[in-house]
Amino acid sequence: MTRAGKIRDKLRREKLRWSKLYTFNCARPNPELIDFANPFNGLQGPGFSRKVQCNQPSLHRRKPLHYPSNYISTTKYNIITFLPKAIFEQFRRVANLYFLLAAVLSLTPIAPFSAVSMIAPLAFVVGLSMAKEAVEDWRRFMQDMKVNKRKVSIHKGDGNFCYKKWHKIFVGDVVKVEKDQFFPADLLLLSSSYEDGICYVETMNLDGETNLKVKRALDVTLHFDEDKTFKDFYATIRCENPNPSLYTFVGNLEYDKQVYSLDPTQILLRDSKLRNTSYIYGVVIFTGHDSKVMQNSTESPSKRSSIEKKMDYIIYILFTLLVLISSISSIGFAVYTKFGMPNWWYLQPENASTLYNPLMPALSGIFHLVTALIMYGYLIPVSLYVSIEVVKVLQAMFINQDIQMYDEDSGKPAEARTSNLNEELGQVDTILSDKTGTLTCNQMDFLKCSIAGVSYGVGSSEVEIAAAKRIASEFSGSPGHNCFPADYWDNNEDDSSVIQLEDGITCKVVKDPKPKIKGFSFEDDRLMQGNWVKEPTRGTFQMFFRVLAVCHTAIPEHDEESGTFTYEAESPDEGAFLVAAREFGFEFFKRTQSSVFIRESYPNPLEREFKILNLMEFNSKRKRMSVIVRDDSGQIILLCKGADSIIFDRLSKNGKMYEADTMKHLNEFGEAGLRTLALAYKVLDESEYSTWYAEFLRAKTAIGPDRDAQLERVADMMERELVLIGATAVEDKLQKGVPQCIDKLAQAGLKIWVLTGDKMETAINIGFACSLLRLGLKQISISTMNTDFLDQDAKKTIKDNILLQITNASRMVKLEMDPHAAFALIIDGKALSYALEDDMKHHFLGLAVSCASVICCRVSPKQKALVTRLVKEGTGKTTLAIGDGANDVGMIQEADIGVGISGVEGMQAVMASDFSIAQFRCLERLLVVHGHWCYKRIAQMVCYFFYKNIAFGLTLFYFEAYTGFSGQSVYEDWYMILFNIILTSLPVISLGVFEQDVSSEVCLQFPALYQQGPKNLFFDWSRIIAWTANGLYSSLVVFFINISIFYDQAFQSEGQTADMAAMGTTMFTCIIWAVNLQIALTMSHFTWIQHLFVWGSISTWYLFLFGYGFMSPVISGNAFHILIESLGPAPIYWITTFLVAAACNIPYFAHLYYQRLFHPLDHHVIQEIKYFKKDLTDEHMWTRERSKARQETKIGFTARVDAKIRQLKGKLQKKVSSLGVILELQS
Amino acid sequence: MMNSTSASPAAPISVSGDGTDARRNSKRPKYSRFTQQELPACKPILTPQWVISIFTLVGIIFVPIGVAALLASHDVVEIVDRYETDCIPGNDRIGYIQNPTTNKTCIRFLKVPKDMDKPVYVYYQLDNFYQNHRRYVKSRNDQQLRDKSKANETSGCDPEKTTANGVPIVPCGLIAWSLFNDTYNFTINNGKALTINKKDISWKSDRNHKFGSDVFPKNFQNGALIGGGKLDPKIPLSEQEDLIVWMRTAALPTFRKLYGRIEVDLKENDTITVVLENNYNTYSFGGKKKLVLSTTSWLGGKNDFLGIAYLSIGGVCFFLATLFTVVYLLKPRKLGDPSYLSWNNNRLMQ
Repeated sequence: MTRAGKIRDKLRREKLRWSKLYTFNCARPNPELIDFANPFNGLQGPGFSRKVQCNQPSLHRRKPLHYPSNYISTTKYNIITFLPKAIFEQFRRVANLYFLLAAVLSLTPIAPFSAVSMIAPLAFVVGLSMAKEAVEDWRRFMQDMKVNKRKVSIHKGDGNFCYKKWHKIFVGDVVKVEKDQFFPADLLLLSSSYEDGICYVETMNLDGETNLKVKRALDVTLHFDEDKTFKDFYATIRCENPNPSLYTFVGNLEYDKQVYSLDPTQILLRDSKLRNTSYIYGVVIFTGHDSKVMQNSTESPSKRSSIEKKMDYIIYILFTLLVLISSISSIGFAVYTKFGMPNWWYLQPENASTLYNPLMPALSGIFHLVTALIMYGYLIPVSLYVSIEVVKVLQAMFINQDIQMYDEDSGKPAEARTSNLNEELGQVDTILSDKTGTLTCNQMDFLKCSIAGVSYGVGSSEVEIAAAKRIASEFSGSPGHNCFPADYWDNNEDDSSVIQLEDGITCKVVKDPKPKIKGFSFEDDRLMQGNWVKEPTRGTFQMFFRVLAVCHTAIPEHDEESGTFTYEAESPDEGAFLVAAREFGFEFFKRTQSSVFIRESYPNPLEREFKILNLMEFNSKRKRMSVIVRDDSGQIILLCKGADSIIFDRLSKNGKMYEADTMKHLNEFGEAGLRTLALAYKVLDESEYSTWYAEFLRAKTAIGPDRDAQLERVADMMERELVLIGATAVEDKLQKGVPQCIDKLAQAGLKIWVLTGDKMETAINIGFACSLLRLGLKQISISTMNTDFLDQDAKKTIKDNILLQITNASRMVKLEMDPHAAFALIIDGKALSYALEDDMKHHFLGLAVSCASVICCRVSPKQKALVTRLVKEGTGKTTLAIGDGANDVGMIQEADIGVGISGVEGMQAVMASDFSIAQFRCLERLLVVHGHWCYKRIAQMVCYFFYKNIAFGLTLFYFEAYTGFSGQSVYEDWYMILFNIILTSLPVISLGVFEQDVSSEVCLQFPALYQQGPKNLFFDWSRIIAWTANGLYSSLVVFFINISIFYDQAFQSEGQTADMAAMGTTMFTCIIWAVNLQIALTMSHFTWIQHLFVWGSISTWYLFLFGYGFMSPVISGNAFHILIESLGPAPIYWITTFLVAAACNIPYFAHLYYQRLFHPLDHHVIQEIKYFKKDLTDEHMWTRERSKARQETKIGFTARVDAKIRQLKGKLQKKVSSLGVILELQS
Repeated sequence: MMNSTSASPAAPISVSGDGTDARRNSKRPKYSRFTQQELPACKPILTPQWVISIFTLVGIIFVPIGVAALLASHDVVEIVDRYETDCIPGNDRIGYIQNPTTNKTCIRFLKVPKDMDKPVYVYYQLDNFYQNHRRYVKSRNDQQLRDKSKANETSGCDPEKTTANGVPIVPCGLIAWSLFNDTYNFTINNGKALTINKKDISWKSDRNHKFGSDVFPKNFQNGALIGGGKLDPKIPLSEQEDLIVWMRTAALPTFRKLYGRIEVDLKENDTITVVLENNYNTYSFGGKKKLVLSTTSWLGGKNDFLGIAYLSIGGVCFFLATLFTVVYLLKPRKLGDPSYLSWNNNRLMQ
């Protein structure tokens, strides 16, 4: 685009924004007639070649346009590509490739084992993984089909519309979308049920914003507002090619030989939803994968857990070991072949093939290297991956099945969408959370207000209740009783209790019935039913309610069923205000383009019309909104609501009557986690207004970059000398259980960052509500200076400024002496964009990490992802991102673990996520219970796997040394196949699926246990090395005890000596016993399943041996009848097994006890407490420990309650002392 | 808690009709103790009592077994006679042994050190003989050995499959080809012959199932290279017990194989004269040959290692049991003592 084009574009956008302000003032932008000298401004060249013939869909199917249909597919494979693609995917894993190579080589005589023993396990492993892929892809397919099968009304021709499935839509189709339907493709809006061609769109799925956006049709297409009119509708659209930018669109419409330019206001994007409008007509521009939302979707990256990554290193180490011992073997073999073999006449060295040619030992050695690499392949557990895969799928099943993560309201259970990351859940260090829809329901409740210096509203916020309860319990004199936060929540069952504190602070704790009115939880009889009329300052009250009812941009909607009005507001606060105003008797019921109509019930019912003269909208810079209205008596009034700091600055001298009281109330409200606004008004006389209006008009018509600034200046002129009326306090409804959950997570040592697209004030309020912020937490706000100039110099200044802010703040944090002091960092999107630049991001991260809580506001989806990446890469710790909207997709995909909230409708976040839960509160259980368990399970399982395969694989190596390194294995092929697949797999799987160090209740009660994961106590190198050493020890014990016993003597009373089969089988029996006993020692939780698997595995071995011995000797070879005839009757067989099994496990057993004795970990102690039922006999100790079992945290509810208590105690002390003074004076 | 029961944030979808409810309920996970991971479980923990008892118990079991094994081993009487150096005249050992025409008879005298109760087992022991070499182990064909009709089945028998003119050898392969062929004849004291029972020295299953009673040696040792012993082509393989024993390849390069049984008690100081045919070539690879006469106990042959191993493991267990008892008595850690919890420790450190 040319520079001129850019400016034009910018202007247009400006216009757009301001036009929004006058949505109801019919100040609609004129459709720009494009100057004909350059009809395709910005539309030449590559990237702008799309041509859409409206109402002629068939044209686009064929060449040369050949646009795709609206069919979408997010599957990875289809029926034909599945096999080759999935196989390719499988063999991208190095380990699998190695096994494949081994399997191929096993077909040649080089291989030490029979081909089937190599191919069978591999086929099993790969088959299983592929089956998993297939199932997952099938699910995706079903999801796609669900979307593709949605129906929409399409123009068939001749003005008839009929319903068709989404995937049958083509470019050029005219569709009719009805209220609350999703748009099936990217559409050009032609007309709507409103006369002026506007419609309201909810773009939650695209950007997570819940407020409605206005879209506007071109004037020229407005008359197409009926089915019939489309009979002869022909037009051509030329526009940009498909691209992922959601907020831009360049194109024009050729209709009736005129060219009209199009901009994003006319474009309805797929997956957004029509709201508040009965229907719209539109032409399909982009279909299917061409649509902007699909262009935006990135393939979700495949994520691997850190355990799995570390496992790779271990695999490399084992590979090295493998190569090492293979080389030793090969060199040994070459030496033996060269020097020994010529003398070994019984091998007929003179007839030897290349594999054993004493004349070419080097060549034979090289062949042998291959043999050895295959043979010692048992060091690298072929079944490890598949076992882990199986275990993870089962773990995921448990997560899906957890009834406590099922949300009754939305009817959705938790879902592990990928099972790769289960154990990563146990190692999370930082949670990055979206706000709207994740922490909050995005629903406001009008809770309190302050009018004319008096505070109204008796309801209490959650914070107040909890603090009151805890103080009550402390003062009631039972120290330690219930003094842990969990009980605040548990005890909510009691219906109602009034807690009277000695200092007179009353707090009513009510388990309130479901509030009858959504958005209104206000309770105070003084204001209800018109009681305020009796107050002496009733004028102020009236003005207060009028501000609520008039100063907004919402539109009413009549609800036929209940007969009341509901409101579609841009922000939920406004909705709550309007509901409140309605309940107070000021019902807003009608809006025309220039007026607002209010039905007032008190003192006498009447309808009033307020003519809206001007509206100055809310934005984050102004932090206030005003309307200038003319009421029915002709008086001109300015009504204003805004942030307290802004309003208080603008009060007139005689408007400050209630300032002090209101200020006090505002503080109280803020402390209680409510979001507050101050309300004010000003009465204008006619002349004053007209002078100002002239000024305003001049500013408005001004052209140039400073128009915005001028308008703002003019608005600012008007919004002065206000009279304060009071303040409102709205509770941003948090989702159920959010503060508790955050509290628990904070206690578990997790850091929580909030990344929100919202305004800074909103974000701070939510921070208060969910206890991420509190009074006394020092807030560090970083934001950009006010600037509109984006030239190079200014950029640098801003950057320097931000760097300065960051370094100053860091210094402040560093210099802070008080260990209890905590900081909160609040940064806005613009500042963040600088802070995230390469040279600054580490300063920023350093500061952020030292703060107790971090809130980033006004961040774009991309910034969310960048912040996530910064945290992930900068701290090197595990991050979890949680969000619900499409704007969170980036961060969900970027984080180590992405969690999507599935409670609301949008599916993008869920589709991109690794886990989906219905509500934020489920996160607690997901992490603290499932994460903890899964981490420990997988860690133990992997360690054990290495142990087991080292113990087994090395015996093969030792034996080699006794066979002249010829590559002969002492075990039958079948034993070795079964070792990993049957004989030792089920116990380890049961360990990975069912092991519980402590029960789920204990996990929740002792969140500190979670820290075992982030600290990685169970998969650190020392542990891995210890297990490896244990495997080495076991292999030595197994091998050398066996050969010492069996080498030359008869092994039973019949005099026969042991051959290779007998010795191999005995050795194998020993290994089976040793490793299975080992796993039994590793487990701490035995259900019947573990018993069955562990003891069953050992029995299976004997059963197998028995059965195998009964097969034809052609199959079983030397193992024929081995158990019943030779080994079974020989006592030495059993005695050796017993000896080796004991010798292998005694050191581990002693170590386990030693560790428990001298270095007990938390779960050991808790296990003991539970074992001795101490928690029942000594409840006091149990509850005390529960309350202590948390990480030092400065955020969360508990920390906040502490702070509140400190404060109240301080107050109490003051009161007592002052009372003392008074008493003294009196006496 | 205020408003805890307020309307859910989700669900702009109006809940209407039973269909929706049914759909919702269908997603509700079914409760079962299994899916909720609440199966009853035993959660043993290592209390001192348990650990000390287990170690003591293992000690109590192991020591007697060790003693019994040692006693059994001591009861076994064993005569070992290495003869490959003495039974060869001159220096050209390999030439001597490879010359088929020389007389290789050799006479040895053995003295019985202690009473040996029947049966006395006769073994030959070879050293440095890699019967476990992969080339060797693989060189056989089990089908051919048990089934007359599979005589042509010589796969795997490389390089001893067929004769020069392509006729299959039965039994084929290196193992059979290198059959041990020293023979021993015993007389006791003054010339009274000691019969050696060579029946049932192999596993019964081998005789009955692995080596066919209608399979006769064919073309065996007829090639240019003569390996070890020859077989009587009139006797079926199932009765060629020396072969059957030999075909069970040993695990280690030093091995004993059963040669036969003497079913007479031998008295202390009896002298046994062995007339042996020193046919088998171990000289090429410097292998030793030994003749072994041994009795067995319930545990088999002489085997001190087993008893010693049992006694030492038992000893270690007793030692650990004592050690842990001492630790338990001197410095007991109260189990389930919350002061060991990490958060309490952290606080102590601070």
